[in-house]
Amino acid sequence: MTTAQDEDLLAGFEATLARHERIEPRDWMPERYRRTLVRQIAQHAHSEIIGMQPEGNWITRAPSLRRKAILLAKVQDEAGHGLYLYSACETLGTSRRELTEMLISGKQKYSSIFNYPTLSYADVGTIGWLVDGAAICNQVPLCRTSYGPYGRSMIRICKEESFHQRQGFELLATMMRGSDEQRAMVQESVDRFWWPALMMFGPPDAESPNTAQSMAWGIKRDTNDELRQKFVDMSVPQARALGVTLPDPDLVWNQERGHHDFAQPDWEEFAAVVAGGGPCNAQRVAHRREAHENGAWVREAAAAFAARQFPVAEEPAPASASKPPQEQEQERES
Amino acid sequence: MSEILDEWPLYEIFVRGRRGLNHVHVGSLHAADDEMALRHARDVYTRRNEGVSIWAVRSDAIAASSPDEKDPLFAPSCDKVYRHPTFYDIPEDVPHM
Amino acid sequence: MTPADDFHDSAYDGLLDHHTVADDSQWAFGTEFEDPLAGVDTTVPAGEDPHALAAYCLMIGDDALVNAHRLSEWCSRAPDLEEDIALANIALDLLGQARLLLARAATASPDVVPPLPPGSPVPPEDALAFFRDDAAFRNVRLVEGDNGDFAVTIVRLLLFSTWRLALLERLQSSRDQVLAAVAAKGVKEVTYHRDYAARWFLTLSRGTEESRSRVLAGLDAVWRFHDELFVPTRIEASLADSGVGVDPATVAEEVAGLLDEVFSVSGVDRPDLPQVGAVAGGRGRDGRHTEAFSHLLAEMQSVARAHPSGRW
Repeated sequence: MTTAQDEDLLAGFEATLARHERIEPRDWMPERYRRTLVRQIAQHAHSEIIGMQPEGNWITRAPSLRRKAILLAKVQDEAGHGLYLYSACETLGTSRRELTEMLISGKQKYSSIFNYPTLSYADVGTIGWLVDGAAICNQVPLCRTSYGPYGRSMIRICKEESFHQRQGFELLATMMRGSDEQRAMVQESVDRFWWPALMMFGPPDAESPNTAQSMAWGIKRDTNDELRQKFVDMSVPQARALGVTLPDPDLVWNQERGHHDFAQPDWEEFAAVVAGGGPCNAQRVAHRREAHENGAWVREAAAAFAARQFPVAEEPAPASASKPPQEQEQERES
Repeated sequence: MSEILDEWPLYEIFVRGRRGLNHVHVGSLHAADDEMALRHARDVYTRRNEGVSIWAVRSDAIAASSPDEKDPLFAPSCDKVYRHPTFYDIPEDVPHM
Repeated sequence: MTPADDFHDSAYDGLLDHHTVADDSQWAFGTEFEDPLAGVDTTVPAGEDPHALAAYCLMIGDDALVNAHRLSEWCSRAPDLEEDIALANIALDLLGQARLLLARAATASPDVVPPLPPGSPVPPEDALAFFRDDAAFRNVRLVEGDNGDFAVTIVRLLLFSTWRLALLERLQSSRDQVLAAVAAKGVKEVTYHRDYAARWFLTLSRGTEESRSRVLAGLDAVWRFHDELFVPTRIEASLADSGVGVDPATVAEEVAGLLDEVFSVSGVDRPDLPQVGAVAGGRGRDGRHTEAFSHLLAEMQSVARAHPSGRW
């Protein structure tokens, strides 16, 4: 491929972005754009899948049948979100199997929030209110992301997430109208999740090296600090409505800025959790690995059955799928 | 059976939400065969509504063209298994919260 | 693009268009719970013993509740994401049936509801689910055991849904309007569960050597709870006589025929295995359960019981 052709393609790609049009799967795109997208969408998908566990932890113990149904349906929605996002990733040539292997081998990350444990039923509500609330701040702008399939997945996901956030808030509000023990349970849960929720927007802008490029490509629409501010401003009146105290003594309205001032979370703890030192990192990945490995014989059985029923569909074996993931990765990058 | 069999092929799912409309692409999923793809589509993309018509098509069975795809050399996904159909545009103003 | 084109060609218009589709509950977005009993006559049928009706509702309600519990344990653990979603859908269907039936038991005969502290806001369906001891549960023992592997779950679901569908089909004409409405809703759901289970039973039986041996092992593990499904209690027999309930013995032949069809296409012999015996003359319907069951309940009831006046 000549340099001139390269430049033409790049110019066309950038012109599409400049017109605020979407990049679609079969368009030419710079390899770094593709790789960045795969990494971001995969990380997002993994977060949905790993995110099933902390709340799933309480399905069998939900204290009312209505809450049990709501919780099970919510965790099910998260499986759906993971599925949509893995599909978006597959349009970029990376299969779900490869992505799953990168997750369970620790090569790709997921949101650090899910490395914290859920220790009471109130956590189900707090995750809905704060964690899904933070996720919405992060995700709504992604509905307009430059890559078509990703944006379309996000539209569906955002619709469901806003529902989840309201459900979480409603659970907490109901518990706050219950017994003293329940109110204490809610406050304790909010105390534990507030700081990790703030971390969900990523490190401060000054320490976020990839932000500028991602914004230029339209993959990312707002900076980490902008989103964090938005989340705090949104959460303060909601906390007041609930009757809970956010555990930040520095949290105060700044008339001049028109925003709340607030303290930063412990970024050393964040770095440690990202590096694998959170309370549940090993547990979460082991759970996913176990499900994937225990399911292998079922997936094989269905594929073998299908091949026997419809022998035509079996051949020719798809070339790229027959290679191990590493090889395919290299092939695409070369 | 070789180990590649533990990943089911990708299917594209098209749904007609109600009579009078075209089937439209709603997303993808994995299934071992056509029957399972339809079952999964009902579970994943609808609430198993009986009035809804679903098409499931193996992604690698779809012939696709793209206006910008002038030269096959420049279409990195054209030789991949995971060929996706042309997607449709969706409105920008998505309601949230 | 003209608005008309847009209307027909946008991938989401048909799904999300709020102008023309006010209700999007048919799509897998979030979860709204509608009341399938709206407008249904809830009076106990003339001449019927309310206590017997309540006991009967608990039987088929507890079957659904306990099976939903086991199926929900698959969440985040299924063989693939699509199956995770499918199993959760089945669990949600059964949970929905259980809620309606437990609530029906409470309205038919409030004395079946365990007492709670004065002023407790716990609704009757939850008092029944979370504050009854194991001996007061009326479910069959089939649904109680650990999930085992996917094959065990599929065999159990096949047996359970084939049997339950046969019961619900007949219950649609129950003299109790609530039971009839719940059954009508349940028939659609359980038809799907049965097809799901039968298809997987066939797939695993004719898949790989490993999957076939796992299905056969699953059949061994589950089949010993088969006969109990068709043993009527006095309550079931008497409600069947009065046109309110179904005598499970009367569905045995139909269930056997359907299962034989599945076994036949799957190349599996109908098992001939010893069956679990009675405990002091009683079975699941009489409150005599397996050892696994009290563990299940201890887990399910732990949070609710810690907060008998809790508001959720």
